[in-house]
Amino acid sequence: MSFLSNTKGVDSMNKMMSDKRVITLYILPSLLLIMILVYIPIVMTGYYSLMKWDGIGSMKFIALDNYQELIKDTMFWKSVYHSFLLAVFSVISLAGYLIISLVLSGKIKGANLLRKIYLIPMLLSSVAIAQLWLRIYHPSNGMLNHFLMFLGMEDPPNWLADPSIALYAIFVPIIWQYAGFYILIYYAALKNIPSSIIEAAIIDGANPWQLAYKIKLPLIAGVIKVTIVLAVVGSLKYFDLIYVMTGGGPNGASEVIASYMYQKAFRSFNFGYGSTIAFALLLLCVIATWVIRKFTHSDEEIQY
Amino acid sequence: MFKKAYSLLCIAVLVVALALTGCSSSTKEGASSETGSKDKKVTITFMHLWTAGSSKQHNMIVNDIIKEFEKQNPNVTVKQEILENEQYKNKLKVLAASNELPDVGMTWAAGFLEPYVKGNLFAPLDDVLDSGLKDQFVSGTTEAYAVNNKTYALPLELNITPVYYNKEIFGKYHLDVPKTYEDFKNVVQTLVKNGVAPIALGNKDRWTGSMWYMYLADRIGGADTLKNAINGSGTFEDPSLIKAAEEIQNLVKMKAFIKGFNGLSNDEAKAEFTNEKAAMYLMGTWDLPQFTTNEDIPKEFRNKVGFFKFPVVEGGKGNIDSWVGGPGVGLFVSENSKAKEEAKKFVKFFIEKWGEQSVTKAGVIPATKVDTSNINLPQMYIDVLNELNKASNITLFADVQMNPEAAQTHLNLIQSLFGEGVTPKDFAKQHQEVLSKTQ
Repeated sequence: MSFLSNTKGVDSMNKMMSDKRVITLYILPSLLLIMILVYIPIVMTGYYSLMKWDGIGSMKFIALDNYQELIKDTMFWKSVYHSFLLAVFSVISLAGYLIISLVLSGKIKGANLLRKIYLIPMLLSSVAIAQLWLRIYHPSNGMLNHFLMFLGMEDPPNWLADPSIALYAIFVPIIWQYAGFYILIYYAALKNIPSSIIEAAIIDGANPWQLAYKIKLPLIAGVIKVTIVLAVVGSLKYFDLIYVMTGGGPNGASEVIASYMYQKAFRSFNFGYGSTIAFALLLLCVIATWVIRKFTHSDEEIQY
Repeated sequence: MFKKAYSLLCIAVLVVALALTGCSSSTKEGASSETGSKDKKVTITFMHLWTAGSSKQHNMIVNDIIKEFEKQNPNVTVKQEILENEQYKNKLKVLAASNELPDVGMTWAAGFLEPYVKGNLFAPLDDVLDSGLKDQFVSGTTEAYAVNNKTYALPLELNITPVYYNKEIFGKYHLDVPKTYEDFKNVVQTLVKNGVAPIALGNKDRWTGSMWYMYLADRIGGADTLKNAINGSGTFEDPSLIKAAEEIQNLVKMKAFIKGFNGLSNDEAKAEFTNEKAAMYLMGTWDLPQFTTNEDIPKEFRNKVGFFKFPVVEGGKGNIDSWVGGPGVGLFVSENSKAKEEAKKFVKFFIEKWGEQSVTKAGVIPATKVDTSNINLPQMYIDVLNELNKASNITLFADVQMNPEAAQTHLNLIQSLFGEGVTPKDFAKQHQEVLSKTQ
């Protein structure tokens, strides 16, 4: 009886789904939401980027003047360089996360506990992380410098105040912050590999290195590609820790694209130019994604 | 058939409901009141930034004043909206863009106010000033809110910036309060030699370093050189302004400022001073409660704090009674307010009452004159108020004087100057460029 009514339900479902109007109706709400929350603001940003506008008064159309200024703006290119540097470091750190997940997904004791420990930074809010690391980096009574002085260092570095190291000092918490997230993704992907494949390899005499390198990695290649895109795009639009910890300073040494955009729009009251930077950031992200997809693209999708 | 139509209808209703909840905007909020004859009920919206949490005393005074005002004007209700500083600034911007400013709100002087005035969003308040309020203000305070000779907001606070110092540390090394810049440098040298950080400075916030530069510019070039350079009648490449920048870098080389000052926020730097790890701290009088009445800070420390005026530079044109400072927040009335008359009345009432209560109850020095003879205040307040009466000049904070674009360049250059990332010559040149570009 129940079987019968079930097929009937599926039938009417199929009938309904073949009706184009119904499909439209189903898609419409999410389409509207996406339009209102994502695409229309993007178009508006593009529109504002053609204006001279202080965010309050009237707008003046100046065509591509903002973009011309952007191309000549050395501070902007410096921030682009910093953002890409962050992207490079993030991608390199992915390799580390991968190794950790490989170890965790092997049958070691306490893997579950370790996995949770790695996940903790992700559960903290960015501002809390920033406050924590501000304490660690504090030049005179921070943990790090206390430790260095304990080791006998006379004049430990001013981590966030020295333009030559501020950027790298700030990369550490950023990369630390996302460790749990990527480890979780890799861990889940590795756990998804059917044990039959692994067992077959072991029977064939593969050692742990071969197992990891020749069997596991190729099987999760799809996931790795996705994480690379996530890491690069996430780095390019990165904002929060930098805003709280250095505000882009000192002397713009840790300015990234998003923090520079914020400076221009909300500090200098130059919304037109801020929108131009935002739009350039969007273009950079799109291009970066496209390039990564292109380079990592492979025709055969591994299936198991 | 019926069933299908029914389910379609259901879906359609769902979609519409979703879309509506997504788009519904709060149309109620901005609406303030009907224009009113006297008996009609009028509501004034008042947006400010003194939350009950972080500015308890301020908040209490505001509530008292509003209660009193409503008692005297039974037809008027004042509705408050309170936001934290940063949120307040952002919300004000958004409201301005959609033309829904509150009837009365808070603004900052000069550069902050200008875009709003140009957008015709603030109402001129000269009529309020002329109705007897003008004489109550300390002279020169309302000018900071004037654009083209019309005053668009009335100040509530007035601050000057003394150099606070730790008397115990000074005593320990037999140091006297420096009267001249040479003395000052000797004090710095002695402290450095003894391993004490001389000056707490949190230059991540940048305006903190700007005050040091402004004082040196004032003492070397006189009160008007910097002002004129900023308003365009002079030049920033004036030798005295370059000299002031050189002196800043000399102080940095002497290690006058705490370690890592360019990466520390003002709050972190203040903590160094209150923890007695640094001997001096240049800051506005808004911090006076922390050194006098604030019970959260140990009394032993509060008793150790004194202040002195920024020393004179030999051969410089500035005098010791010239201060860096200026009015803080002021009240504006929205040009598009539907209850403008009532709003102006409220502003006037508020300014008067605030002037009477703010020093004694919240430790805020109001922009209106204070009679020190018959109120009970900590000695440091009385000293500061007396200094204010003697002041020969008050130079408004440079980043407030400039328009937002130039102000940002100025602040960034200050950080570079302190970090020795720019030479004094380039420092002046880049200022001149941005100032002449944005004039």
